[in-house]
Amino acid sequence: MSQGLVTMSYIAATILFILSLGGLSNQETARRGNYFGMAGMAIAIIATVFSDSVNSYVILIMALLIGGFIGTKAALKVEMTQMPELVAIMHSLVGMAAVLVGYANFMDASLTLTGVEKTIHEVEIYIGILIGAVTFSGSVIAFGKLSGRIDGKPLTLPGRHLFNLGLLIMAIWLGKVFLGQAETGGGTFPLLVMTLIAFAFGVHMVMAIGGADMPVVVSMLNSYSGWAAAATGFMLSNDLLIVTGALVGSSGAILSYIMCRAMNRHFLSVIAGGFGTGANGPAAEVTGDVIAISADETAKLLLDSKNIMIIPGYGMAVAQAQHTVNEITKLLRSQGKTVRFGIHPVAGRMPGHMNVLLAEAKVPYDIVFEMDEVNEDFPKVDVSIVIGANDIVNPSALDDPNSPIAGMPVLECWKGETTIVLKRSMASGYAGVGNPLFVLENTRMLFGDADKTLQEVLKALKM
Amino acid sequence: MKIGIPKEIHAGEKRVATTPEAAEKIIKLGFSIAIESGAGLAADIPDQAYKEVGVKVISTAKALWKQSDLIIKVRAPELQEVDLMSKEGHLISFIWPAQNDELMQKLAAKNATVLGMDSVPRMSRAQKMDALSSMANIAGYRAIVEAAQHFGRFFTGQITAAGKIPPAKVLVIGAGVAGLAAIGAAKGMGAIVRAFDTRPEVKEQIESMDAEFLMLDFKEEGSGSGGYAKTMSPEFIAAEMALFAKQAREVDIIITTALIPGKPAPKLITAEMVQSMRAGSVIVDLAAEQGGNCALTEKDQVVVKNGVTIIGYTNLPSRLANQSSQLYATNIRHLITELCPAKDGVLNVNMADEVIRGATVINAGKITWPPPAPTLSAAPAKKPDNIKMTGGHKKTTENSTLKQLLPIILGGIALFSIGSVAPTSFMSHFTVFVLACFIGYQVIWNVSASLHTPLMSVTNAISGIIVIGALVQISSPGITISLLAGFAILIASINIAGGFLVTRRMLEMFRK
Repeated sequence: MSQGLVTMSYIAATILFILSLGGLSNQETARRGNYFGMAGMAIAIIATVFSDSVNSYVILIMALLIGGFIGTKAALKVEMTQMPELVAIMHSLVGMAAVLVGYANFMDASLTLTGVEKTIHEVEIYIGILIGAVTFSGSVIAFGKLSGRIDGKPLTLPGRHLFNLGLLIMAIWLGKVFLGQAETGGGTFPLLVMTLIAFAFGVHMVMAIGGADMPVVVSMLNSYSGWAAAATGFMLSNDLLIVTGALVGSSGAILSYIMCRAMNRHFLSVIAGGFGTGANGPAAEVTGDVIAISADETAKLLLDSKNIMIIPGYGMAVAQAQHTVNEITKLLRSQGKTVRFGIHPVAGRMPGHMNVLLAEAKVPYDIVFEMDEVNEDFPKVDVSIVIGANDIVNPSALDDPNSPIAGMPVLECWKGETTIVLKRSMASGYAGVGNPLFVLENTRMLFGDADKTLQEVLKALKM
Repeated sequence: MKIGIPKEIHAGEKRVATTPEAAEKIIKLGFSIAIESGAGLAADIPDQAYKEVGVKVISTAKALWKQSDLIIKVRAPELQEVDLMSKEGHLISFIWPAQNDELMQKLAAKNATVLGMDSVPRMSRAQKMDALSSMANIAGYRAIVEAAQHFGRFFTGQITAAGKIPPAKVLVIGAGVAGLAAIGAAKGMGAIVRAFDTRPEVKEQIESMDAEFLMLDFKEEGSGSGGYAKTMSPEFIAAEMALFAKQAREVDIIITTALIPGKPAPKLITAEMVQSMRAGSVIVDLAAEQGGNCALTEKDQVVVKNGVTIIGYTNLPSRLANQSSQLYATNIRHLITELCPAKDGVLNVNMADEVIRGATVINAGKITWPPPAPTLSAAPAKKPDNIKMTGGHKKTTENSTLKQLLPIILGGIALFSIGSVAPTSFMSHFTVFVLACFIGYQVIWNVSASLHTPLMSVTNAISGIIVIGALVQISSPGITISLLAGFAILIASINIAGGFLVTRRMLEMFRK
């Protein structure tokens, strides 16, 4: 295949990728968008494989087949609650691939560049490997945290900001050393040391971030994997990689921004890790008695109400309660009640996590709403059911300026007639903040495992 | 301490001061309770029900009064009842001290301690003891039931084969607890409800019940202290009367609940207005006890004037005796719980407590009524002017403009410095890169929030495009490079296959 044809194929692939992302603007076109993406990828791979520069087909086809097989298997087997883990581990693969390609390119002696071009090429290799390595180790840790293999609490080493700064300065200094040595054909050693430093930085960065900030981390790593691909594109002078990398990179960056805004926090403060250090004064203590409610009484309350709002949180995912929630929703809807879902942008451990879980349980997506769409309706809601959520329904975010989550937009369920909170126990949420919602007069607590208690509610509803 | 519940002897009074449920809880506070035989019968509560929760039944009123340290009643005691009371005894009931001077003197002469349920201050903390509100609620509901009884038509409108039935129009004057209960009940039956009140802050409450608030085009605040209305100026009253005269010709049912504390009820519906109403209309006057809001009201009677039925019952809560006994007993129980914080069965009349101070009308023979004015009003405080806030807002906009400009300036400087050193081959790639970032930015903002997870997995799959980088390297000379590239292809293709397939799986789930 001539170079011209390859380039044309790349342009076609680029357009298909853009259409693919554009298709996700709503549910109807999303499926088609995904097929566009597949087509684009197929065109890009086939064009590259048949281009003049490729001739070692054995390794190539074996690698493609094995990789494709593993990927397919993982995609078909994964539980929807495990999506964040899957996404995280896949980010790490992109990072690793970027590191490998960077090294391969570095060792490739066939390139003959001189002067500024050579320097720029070396800088590109260096940066490509750096971003790839941070993405890789960061994603592996994120995977560990999300799957529970590593403790979800933020690890806050003393002087962690200094530590990060030290790593950064080391990386820059090593870059200078690398450029100097690469001039004369060496440079492998500083490159290896830098890779290790980048690994350490990725590990340390994600270790310092706790469970509820995970949506930001996952989308940030998503962004990094894009930048890694773009850097590889610069290194190889390949526009397809640059464009695709830039698309993915900006997508992840926007998601991170949306998530940060949903928590009213600065991107930097999330990345720097450690929660609640910015509060300027003691948060108001939460005092008062909670009023417990039984599953039977909950069912009665639901039967007596017309307008019901369900607010799911990470607890629903943990308890795998989404199917029971759907059963209850179906039953209540069949009795002519309005049942809606209010989703906070950072509910769960990944952007859009709750939507996927509800979709899996076959909850129709047209009754699932974003926070901004339903927040004004709460005064008309008879019963809100909060399932395993805490910080996203915390009134002190709005009225207590000293609260660590002050200013974060929250679902204002307490403005409704009654709120039922499903909770395992009275422990505070991830943010370690007491929740005055629980002691409000119109709040009832339904303690126990979310799925089990909802099963009981369902049974009582059917009677 | 022994508590006694006598039978109510006031004519037409069917309520009883304590129900078995409340009695059970009061006994848990350390009290013992005795009840006069048959006290609960009129409210459908037999003696047996009291016995079952450990209440003693005493056959005569005399014996009961004699042995009790604390008497709990609904109505204020009749004078002959006070004679039965033991010296330095305690009494909780409605008292109406302003109207019952002789009773007050007599109770004081007995060195009694008396708490009036009508004197419990109107504060949010005391709401659970507010028997006036709980009784008014019942009266408002019952007023509509009585009106329906005497009204010859449906409340709700219907279109039937036999012709169209217009809905009844109900006017509620005074939107206190009783008025709001009446609005709710009339609304529930399908009538068109209008309501009037001199206090502008109740407009929202009326409208929240789906009734129409009749506005008077006149500036005067009608809110007195403690959530009650006050007497209005003559000009205001004239405008108000004109409004009522107009409404009287239109509506079918008028419920009046206007009361001003310590004064006779204002006369709002004149004889002429009654005359102007359609025959068959009904007026329920909830202020009948205080002289009535309607000029033609006769206390405790139903009279028909010019074809308009005027109901002047003063015992509306008694007409739902079981329900009102339950609510009253609960109010009483809450008050006793406040009076007995130690749960040792001894009353502690703590005059430092604002609620108890307000309710206590006679303390050990000393008349303590009226209490000092309550510090809290039910009306919300006026909102402060927000002139200051607008000034502050302006400043933040200026600030944010600077904040918005800063990254653009910095970005410009960065681009400029790159451009000054980079070779042309790099610049063409860089152009592509920057443009792609912008396309990504535009496209991603349109992605629906519910699809953020599929977005992540599909971008994940797309970032597997890095496989291209590995593909172009795999044929380079040197086995190390081939192996590195081969491994990169392997993991990148995991990404591609996994990412696209899992996205497909997810998107299949999003169904209507």
